[in-house]
Amino acid sequence: MAQEYKLILKYADEPGYTPDIECYLRHGGYADLKKALAIAPKDLADGKKLSPQEQIREDVKISGLRGRGGAGFSCGLKWSFVDRKSGKPIYLICNADESEPGTFKDRQIMYKDPHQLIEGMAISCFANDVHLAYIYIRGEMVDGAKILNEALKEARAKNFLGKNICGGGYDLEMHVHRGAGAYICGEETGLIESLEGKRPYPRIKPPYFPAILGLWMCPTIVNNVETLCNVKHIVAMGGAAFAKLGTPNNTGTRIVSLSGHVKKPGYYEIETGKATIGELINDPKFGGGLRDGRKLKAVIPGGSSAKVFKAGEKFKLKKKDAEGKEILVETDMLDLPYDFDSLAAAGSMSGSSAIIVMDDSTDIVEALANLSEFYAHESCGQCTPCREGALWMSKTLHRLTHGEGRAADADYLVKIADNIPGGRTICAFGEACSWPVQSFVAKFKDEFVAKGAADEARHAKQVAAPVETKELAAAHH
Amino acid sequence: MSFQATKELEAEVDELVTHYPVKRAASLMVLHAIQEKFGWISREAVLWTAKKLELPPINIQEILTFYPMLRQEPMGKYQIKVCRTLSCALGGAYELREHLCKKFGLDAHAHGAQTTSDGKFTVEFVECLASCGTAPVMMCNDDFYEGVSHAKADEIVGKCK
Ligand SMILES: Cc1cc2nc3c(=O)[nH]c(=O)nc-3n(C[C@H](O)[C@H](O)[C@H](O)COP(=O)(O)O)c2cc1C
Ligand code: SF4
Ligand code: FES
Repeated sequence: MAQEYKLILKYADEPGYTPDIECYLRHGGYADLKKALAIAPKDLADGKKLSPQEQIREDVKISGLRGRGGAGFSCGLKWSFVDRKSGKPIYLICNADESEPGTFKDRQIMYKDPHQLIEGMAISCFANDVHLAYIYIRGEMVDGAKILNEALKEARAKNFLGKNICGGGYDLEMHVHRGAGAYICGEETGLIESLEGKRPYPRIKPPYFPAILGLWMCPTIVNNVETLCNVKHIVAMGGAAFAKLGTPNNTGTRIVSLSGHVKKPGYYEIETGKATIGELINDPKFGGGLRDGRKLKAVIPGGSSAKVFKAGEKFKLKKKDAEGKEILVETDMLDLPYDFDSLAAAGSMSGSSAIIVMDDSTDIVEALANLSEFYAHESCGQCTPCREGALWMSKTLHRLTHGEGRAADADYLVKIADNIPGGRTICAFGEACSWPVQSFVAKFKDEFVAKGAADEARHAKQVAAPVETKELAAAHH
Repeated sequence: MSFQATKELEAEVDELVTHYPVKRAASLMVLHAIQEKFGWISREAVLWTAKKLELPPINIQEILTFYPMLRQEPMGKYQIKVCRTLSCALGGAYELREHLCKKFGLDAHAHGAQTTSDGKFTVEFVECLASCGTAPVMMCNDDFYEGVSHAKADEIVGKCK
């Protein structure tokens, strides 16, 4: 039976648990930073030595930790790309922009347990020879920035930050940097530009891979809040033990943000892949099912950019049978294990691990119109296909939801969406804005066509009976 | 007063600049500091910031015009931001905004931020505020509110003096 498994959120919601450092220390806080700083160089069989930093990085690789920000990229591998020979300083940035619609997990960590993030960051910085790090927090989290600043002050006062941390000879400074309400600042190169004090226009890769040419053209690591917290637990339990949590290639835990039409929306930490989408929605321990009398219509499984699933949709997933032979097993959408690989195999993604549930009261065209308005507003405007495409998709959906649609709009939307991604844009926002349109229209095409056709039929009638036109115009106003 | 370089502001900016090896990086934080004190960022504020950070004014102007949170004109004393994105929309965000607009005599269908004629309230839609599990959510100035029923909204507004 699926269970909650609290690793990152172990204490956050305990009664009496407060964000101050005294409380954190009472719960064993900063012991893992001290442990990391005290690691001795390890002698290898070939006479070479493995530095403490290399040992932590190796352990993060062994842990199988994948990024919690959206792409699920291996953290150990990302760290291995860092240019350590450039002679330039290496920077680390915590991506605390949390702006993918549906997602509210990083907020829980920063507001309730800020020192866990700082400790995770400090260990990650130590492991990567970073001496200056930033927390880029979205502008609307005004209190979050205050809490983090207060926590940084406390950590400095206790010498968990600053010069010669805990007497281990390591220096680290950390600052909070606030965004100002733009989603594109969550994209790592847009974030870097924003931190530099510019418009957050994402940079083209290559050549601007952050690991090589990041902040101020120096090697830079950008990791999500939850990812960095995990590093603390990897040091605590060891990479191999961490890798036993969750499922193979989908290790550790994930904090799932559950919103929309469920009885108990909220955030639930699970071992990755040890609960299915259906359990997360329906189990009394999690979402508690839909509102009474309602049926499931659609699920967005990984933040607003993830491709939508339709209720009843079935997928063929590769599994190993008893003899270890690979077989295809038909799996209902609700029976998909909530992990990176299963959702990718089903053509979507676990993204920022945010599930948005829609029941049969939802007008699916309205829902997509809502999301498209978001993307039209948030495109940074650098690339023509994204800037124009996102706007035209939103305009088309606006007319479809305001009585001015056409039956052909469904195909028109897909045509626009298909022309945005696939290397035509600088950043992955291009994909992010087209995936919802492509998937919603593909899976609910009849509803889009019916809506447009109804509008056309009504307009045809109005031409015949001009009196009605006025009424309709008034109704649309 | 739309802008005045107080000692307090000078000190705050001098401190912020120490956070970065390059002065320009402090610009967004400086604009936040100015907006916190004066409510919006005037031309004088742009010029002062540019001078302080040794930049051409356009470098400040271009970020002022990009970020939705930064204000180029004075806004209401109480600024209400209602999240309009999907989870909140499913939870009644559009009805909430309409309720507030009606209450303040504002156009419930207009786009963009609207301010009451007495300058007391500004109401606007914003995108996902990262609290989708407690929809609908809104902010009143820096304060954040979850699960905002119409009654709760009335209560919040009632406390704005
Ligand atoms: C349009 C867009 C928005 C993004 N927003 C966020 C965000 O709000 N938070 C985040 O952690 N990552 C976000 N990302 C992913 C980041 O670019 C980056 O991959 C991530 O911070 C890396 O951290 P991780 O490897 O620890 O996941 C976004 C990506 C794109 C393309
Ligand atoms: S894809 Fe869109 S958001 Fe990304 S850089 Fe291009 S215009 Fe900006
Ligand atoms: S959709 Fe409103 S807070 Fe996320």
